[in-house]
Amino acid sequence: MTEFIEWGSLAQVVVAGVVVGAGIPTLFALGLRLLVGHDAGAPVSADAAGGGVRVATRTRPGTARLVGAGVCFAVCVGAVVAGIGFLVSGGH
Amino acid sequence: MTETLLLVLVVVTALAFDFTNGFHDTGNAMATSIATRALKPKTAVLLSAVLNMVGAFLSLSVAATIAKGLVDANVITLEVVFAGLVGGIVWNLVTWLLGLPSSSSHALVGGVVGSVLAAVGTSGVIWSGLVAKVLVPALIAPVVAICVAATGTWLVARLTRGLPQDLTSRGFRWGQVGSASLVSLAHGTNDAQKSMGIILLALIAGGAVPADSSVPFWVILACAFFMALGTYLGGWRIIRTLGKGLVEIDTRQGMSAETSSAAVIMLSSYFGFSLSTTHVATGSIMGSGVGMPGANVRWGLAGRMVAAWGLTLPAAGIVGALCFWMQHGVGGFAGSLLVVALLLFVSLGMWFASRRKPVDHTNVNEAWDEDKAVGLEPVAATTGVAGPAHVAPVESDGHASPVSAVIGVGATHGTRSNA
Repeated sequence: MTEFIEWGSLAQVVVAGVVVGAGIPTLFALGLRLLVGHDAGAPVSADAAGGGVRVATRTRPGTARLVGAGVCFAVCVGAVVAGIGFLVSGGH
Repeated sequence: MTETLLLVLVVVTALAFDFTNGFHDTGNAMATSIATRALKPKTAVLLSAVLNMVGAFLSLSVAATIAKGLVDANVITLEVVFAGLVGGIVWNLVTWLLGLPSSSSHALVGGVVGSVLAAVGTSGVIWSGLVAKVLVPALIAPVVAICVAATGTWLVARLTRGLPQDLTSRGFRWGQVGSASLVSLAHGTNDAQKSMGIILLALIAGGAVPADSSVPFWVILACAFFMALGTYLGGWRIIRTLGKGLVEIDTRQGMSAETSSAAVIMLSSYFGFSLSTTHVATGSIMGSGVGMPGANVRWGLAGRMVAAWGLTLPAAGIVGALCFWMQHGVGGFAGSLLVVALLLFVSLGMWFASRRKPVDHTNVNEAWDEDKAVGLEPVAATTGVAGPAHVAPVESDGHASPVSAVIGVGATHGTRSNA
């Protein structure tokens, strides 16, 4: 099979694909979570796993959370802009 | 004279292929947004059409190549290209009728390989290139996409657990539409260029433009327009399979799937390991089902899809070869005209078969029933198997009849836009 698969390129695609393709939605989710600002603390804390029945307390998020959410969304937008730039540059 | 007529025929056929490419691939970008109702069906296809059009103009580094590295470039004549295009179109229509997403570019490659085989025999095909650039990527693409989308979906599901659902679905709706738009844009850039390349090659071969010519503006415009038109008409059958058939999705899965598609498609071409848009998009949607706790992927349907991918190359190849022989047997321009006539006949036949059980923007989101899905196949359709209310007999004259509008129970007739 080796002559038919460029393993190097494939590995790069898989690694970069997981980092970008899974990372961007994750950042987006993190951004949302920070924005909602409930008291669960760290995003992946055990408390957050408590289940969906709890009514979320929509307290206003603090500045730190807002900044964090802003950074998350900015990275997502940046990734889209980079994608468009890639298409325009003819790299496809 | 004959040469000029053949050139015109090739250009027209290439635009027809471009059109089928558009409507065949709408679902890759928009199926998830339609299924989650992030966008209304008509809005989604309109957005996708506009972005495909824009994408076609984005980058104009078009190379005059067709099936490069897969067939011997010296054996490519206008007749070979023409027969190959017909093979690609026919297979695109067959898979559309069955509601199966399959790669348009593989269909084109299959058609061209078939007509090359018919023209000069096995020596004209670069088999190792075919395995390395077409067959192996077709196996790898869905696996990579499933991994990426499943990872993304799982992380997102974990991060959004406990958040109010209205808020997450509203937020992810934006993310989903944004990432789907990027897929549409990438599709327009990639796939419209393929048709431009074919037409440019034909123009050069026919002596209409010099060999070092860049793409004439009317070619860019025509390719962009026909791809956008095809996209707007929307391959509703394929959208339905992708959006409702494979897995039930919500906006979180939709965003994960589309981001995965966009990332894998663009990164793969960046690293020189090009993967088919369709295979990646389908894999991503499956992956969003794999990664979502409690979601079920309909693997039976996925299996049929993969079987169709395996058949794409040989099936389009057989049609391409038959067309070449027919064309060559009759000889000259009459042979080409005969092939065109047959293509029109087959296309019309498939269109009528599709009217037996139309799928369009009104019923694209109906609940998926695996048994009924089988009923979408023409065997059942032509025997008039009774379906749910929306397959009530239809005056398929393409006009909304006032009577049927009154008696129609959620009927879908009267719209031309069921492509």
